[in-house]
Amino acid sequence: MLKREKRRYLALATVNGEALNGQVVLDAVQASIHRLFGEYGASKANLKLVEKRTDKRQIVVCCSHKALEQVRAAIASTTVINGKSGAIHVLGVSGTLKALSKKTETD
Amino acid sequence: MRRFADLHLRVPTEDSVKAEDMIRRASELGYSLVGIPLSPNASKEQISKLRRICSEEKIDFISRVTFFPRTSNELLQSLRRYRRKFEILAVRCDTKEVARQAAKDRRVDLLQFSVTSLRKRFFDEAEAELASQALASLEIELAPMLQLTSFSRVRLLSRLRKEVATATRFKVPITLSSGATEELLMRGPHDYAALTTLFDLPLSSALKALSDNPLIMVERNRKKLSPDYVAPGIQVVGRKAGA
Repeated sequence: MLKREKRRYLALATVNGEALNGQVVLDAVQASIHRLFGEYGASKANLKLVEKRTDKRQIVVCCSHKALEQVRAAIASTTVINGKSGAIHVLGVSGTLKALSKKTETD
Repeated sequence: MRRFADLHLRVPTEDSVKAEDMIRRASELGYSLVGIPLSPNASKEQISKLRRICSEEKIDFISRVTFFPRTSNELLQSLRRYRRKFEILAVRCDTKEVARQAAKDRRVDLLQFSVTSLRKRFFDEAEAELASQALASLEIELAPMLQLTSFSRVRLLSRLRKEVATATRFKVPITLSSGATEELLMRGPHDYAALTTLFDLPLSSALKALSDNPLIMVERNRKKLSPDYVAPGIQVVGRKAGA
C-alpha cells in the first residue's frame, strides 16, 4: 500500500506594508521554488495554500516534509511579491495545524 | 534555548530612525546579539547611541569594524591601531597578500571576501590552512544571495560550495551574517540556515555558524578587552584595596 505523505504546515507573514493576499504570497513562493529548484523541485515540494488568518495577518501553507528546507530556502529568497519589493518570514513550522496555532499564539 | 547573533547588520548610523527599525526587526526575528559595523574613527557618542537603542530593544550590541586594506602593511597598521577599540574585527581581503596576512594574524576575527568579483575570493586550501592555525573565521554574508539574480547567484553558490567544503576539511569556523542594509533583506536565523542548504552547508553547521561560532568569538574578545586580561590564560582575579 502507498504510504501517506507527511506534511509540514508553515505560518507565514509578509513585510511589504500591503494587505495580505494568500494566493499572491503563494505565487511568489512558487516562483521562488521554481527559480531555485526548477519544475522537478517544485513538484516534490507540493506546496499548497491551507488557510488565511486575516486577524493575525498570517497565511498557512503546507508542503512535503521532505522538501521543508528547500521550501524555507525559497521563502527566504523571495524578494518580490506581486511586483513590489517585499519579504516573507516563517513564523512557525509544525506537523499539525493545531500545534502550529499553539506555536504562533505563544510566539 | 539557542542564542543567535548577526555580526554584520549594516545599520545606517547617521539615520537613527532607520537604525532603530532595523535593530527592532532583528530583535523580533530572534537575534540576541547584533554586530554593527562602525567607521574606525567612530565617536563615543555614536557608539553609546547605538548601544542605547540596542538595550531598549533588549539586544546585545557588538562594536565591529571592517578594514579594506590594499597591502599587508596597511592591514598591520590598522590592527595595531584599532584592535583594542572594537569587539569584532573583520578584514575584507581583496588581494592575495592581504588575505594571507589576515588569515595568519591572531588579531583578525573574520575573513570577508568579495561577492561580486569572484576572482577576488582567495579562500583556497592554503588560506584555510593558515586560518585554521589562527583564530579567524570565514564570514559568509547572506543578503547578497537575495540581491543577486540568475547567473551571478549561480556562480556565487558554486564558489561558496567549494569554500564551505574547504573550510570544513581544514576545521576553519564559519560565521554566517546578514550584511543587510535594509529591513527587507533581513531574515530570521532559521530562514538563513535554510538558505545555506543551497551551498550544501548542513543545517546543524549553519545553526552553529549563526549562534555558537559568533558567540564564542565575542566572548573571547570581550575577555581580552576587559581590564583584567593579562595574557592568554592569565587574568586578574582580584585586586588588593589601596594597592
